[in-house]
Amino acid sequence: MTVELTDHARGLLAGHSGKAMQLAMRLVLKAAEIMGAERLLPISFAHLDACFYTGQAHVDFVRFLLENGATLAVPTWTNNGVVSLADPTLRPLAEDPEAVSGAGELMRLYQQLGTVPTWTCAPYQHSGGPGFGDHIAVGESNAVSYYNSVTGARTNKYGDYLDVACALTGLAPDAGLHRDEHRRATLLVDCTQLPEIWRGEDVFAHLIGHHTGRLAGRRVPVISGLPPQTKVDALKAISSAVASSGGVELWHGAGVTPEAPDVATIFSGGDVHRVTADDLARAHADLSTASDGPLDAVALGTPHFSLTEFGEVVRLLNGRKVRYGMLFLISTSRVVRQLAAAKGWIAELERAGVEVPVDVCTYYSPRVRGLKGRVMTNAAKWAYYAPGMLQVEVAFGSLKECAESAVRGEVWRDPSLWTSS
Amino acid sequence: MIKAQVLTAAEAEGPVLALDEPLSFWGAFEPRTGVIIDVHHPQRGACVKGTILVMTETRGSGSAPGAIAEAIRLGTAPAAIILAMPDINLAIGAEVAAVLYGRPCAILAVTPHELTELRTATRLRITAEGAITSA
Repeated sequence: MTVELTDHARGLLAGHSGKAMQLAMRLVLKAAEIMGAERLLPISFAHLDACFYTGQAHVDFVRFLLENGATLAVPTWTNNGVVSLADPTLRPLAEDPEAVSGAGELMRLYQQLGTVPTWTCAPYQHSGGPGFGDHIAVGESNAVSYYNSVTGARTNKYGDYLDVACALTGLAPDAGLHRDEHRRATLLVDCTQLPEIWRGEDVFAHLIGHHTGRLAGRRVPVISGLPPQTKVDALKAISSAVASSGGVELWHGAGVTPEAPDVATIFSGGDVHRVTADDLARAHADLSTASDGPLDAVALGTPHFSLTEFGEVVRLLNGRKVRYGMLFLISTSRVVRQLAAAKGWIAELERAGVEVPVDVCTYYSPRVRGLKGRVMTNAAKWAYYAPGMLQVEVAFGSLKECAESAVRGEVWRDPSLWTSS
Repeated sequence: MIKAQVLTAAEAEGPVLALDEPLSFWGAFEPRTGVIIDVHHPQRGACVKGTILVMTETRGSGSAPGAIAEAIRLGTAPAAIILAMPDINLAIGAEVAAVLYGRPCAILAVTPHELTELRTATRLRITAEGAITSA
């Protein structure tokens, strides 16, 4: 099968717009052939993961693009980097000189390429992004999951270099989740038997996401029983958790997400799983490698904290300071930090002993501020990855448990959680 | 002779390293040495450098293209990778590295039946057109 190309695409492939655009077109075409696409689709937006440093090859790639006349075809936003351009002290050079200096150079080169330097893994929290039905190209797994599921935009998970190639050409293969027939659910995760009050807790979203990802693998699941008023922060939590414990790129929430007014509309048949209290307890145990006890740090903001989450943590701390010596990190983007600062929340958090880094995430090595020991988080994704990447043990808990534990200096468990009344 | 689907074309020859489990090129493999470092992988400690790597599939990661490109840059990559599931990430990473560094790494896909046959070979030769023969 051959992929149908427009004259413009043929011109790029022939090298009429230079060697960089030729390479980009070859990469998109190669992906289309492997995916069995008959044609390429125009996209309107891209979010790049290739700006996240994993080695010198990443730097060489964007340098090659810049030296050979590459230009972006669509608005292109950037995932977080390995280092913060706003605060170089977060990951000190001495921890890993090659990675730290390479990561900064990589980010500066992507800025030169003309990207919008959002440096965030939660671009959907910024205004001006894609909308329902838009075809886009995204690399970061939680953003792929959120854009597909919550926004109703359409993307596959485009790995490094292919994400950039799509942004340069403005094209993506007409295959996978860009097409209607692959967007229907083949697994039903039924939560309707669980107490309603549980389903409204912020921690529930992370747990059900983690559990669903484990069940789904690479399938498209539909979750039933989410409260109709489920907040976007909870939808973000589910999107992120299903994409780390499983390979989920699209999920539906019956009555909650835009393509799933109800189960019947979106479920094309397949396995049905009824979620029990034991399933949630297992998911919780899965995400907690540490026993409860004295706490060294709290890490929030995976994916990047939203404005409403900042408001919530300020309310929970209620003017109290975190325990002396405790490292309390909340990762976010520059844009969201600025919005929170305008409300006075950043100053209030800093007075409480909380640090709010931008441009980065905190579960990667080299360590941010020497992060180690017993760390508490409310984020399933952080809990899933950090023990393998950093020398930490994780105590997973709700946002309230995290805030309260930070003040007390040891893991505190909310006695009112998981009661039925 | 087996005729494979060519994902990224290159000529190659080398000893076969057949993996029993999927490998994630990012995180489970150290590009600086070419050694499999995933503690859960049965072939932990094996070095993929210069081999004809035979495995069913990779464990998906969006960072895999960068990891294989980095290994090719450092000269620690396999000479060729033969899979039973076509893999976009490896194909893209190898293509980029070929352009940047002029170093080839063939990425090929065959049927599961053919893959089983290739596992038992000791040394394979691969042409740019995807013909695989014992060497």
